[in-house]
Amino acid sequence: MLAYQSIEAWWWPYVFIAVAGWLATDMWRWLGVLAGNRLKEDSASMVWVRSVATALVAAVIAKLILYPSGDLAQAPLLLRIGSAAAGFAAFIFLGKRTWVGILAAIACLVGGQIVLG
Amino acid sequence: MAVPDTHARWFLKGMRGLFSMPAIILMVAFVGFSSFIVDAGIPLGEAVFMTGMVWALPAKVLLVGAITAGMSLPAAFLTVALSSIRLMPMVAALIPELRGARTPTWHLLLLSHFIAITAWVFAMERLRDVPRERRVAFFAGFGITLTLANIVLVATIYSTVDALPALAAGALLFMTPVYFLTSVWSSSRDRSSRLAFVIGLGFGPLFHQIAPEFDILYAGLVGGSAAFLVDRVMAIREAA
Repeated sequence: MLAYQSIEAWWWPYVFIAVAGWLATDMWRWLGVLAGNRLKEDSASMVWVRSVATALVAAVIAKLILYPSGDLAQAPLLLRIGSAAAGFAAFIFLGKRTWVGILAAIACLVGGQIVLG
Repeated sequence: MAVPDTHARWFLKGMRGLFSMPAIILMVAFVGFSSFIVDAGIPLGEAVFMTGMVWALPAKVLLVGAITAGMSLPAAFLTVALSSIRLMPMVAALIPELRGARTPTWHLLLLSHFIAITAWVFAMERLRDVPRERRVAFFAGFGITLTLANIVLVATIYSTVDALPALAAGALLFMTPVYFLTSVWSSSRDRSSRLAFVIGLGFGPLFHQIAPEFDILYAGLVGGSAAFLVDRVMAIREAA
């Protein structure tokens, strides 16, 4: 079958990336534009689409915390969840500043790993 | 003399978003991606091409995975396409906020390429403070600059990327989800979106256990629809 490694020509990897990468992502963006063009702001269907998009992004966030890639996987699961929760709480209760939330979360994560050894 | 309120001025304001928290965090994530792509043995030219053409970071990670696994072109296309369906509702939700009264559709089709999770969060949070007829210029300034900056970043870092201590690398990777947690919450204005946010956090891992291939999609559709219905029922009860 036609894999990335199948054809020696210099242009083949670029064709592979264009089809399996660019086309496979941008076709959804184009469909999103066409669908979004029919939506009226503050209509019920708009509220639904926005809710679906928000739930999708939230699911991505949860997966990044629960099933991380790379070196983050070395931090224990409960420490990752606790640090994210602490960061979010710091953000909500200390004036809704993003950097406060991030700082609190990173401090918990790094501090926790040092304490746990 | 007052500075005229032109498209160019708002394009420049969008460009300045490169120095915002979301853009900086994304660039940190791209440092991680650069070391990942070097490890995978993808040559520099292709790494740069991929950064600009695919743009969504999770899709690129999957594409590199498909390449190193020796997947066939149709299989790689399907893997990336199925995982990227989420871009459609994200773009659809942004378009009514983004377009002006006379924005041609082809402008939006071109600009949609620059929408990925970071630009989406940035736009949902800030577009409401931009005059409607200047939003396309503002978003173009931000999206195009952010993409170009990361292309340059990957090209420069590719040959110099060094191993970070695990503790630091882990902390850098942790910035992305925590940043998204806070900013998606601030950009969710209506009750339905906030419910969807909380339900999505729970449904992502839940559907990961049930259907790992399509977990994000199911969590979005089921979680978002559930939030929408709960919000409607609550609105009816409040009206009664």
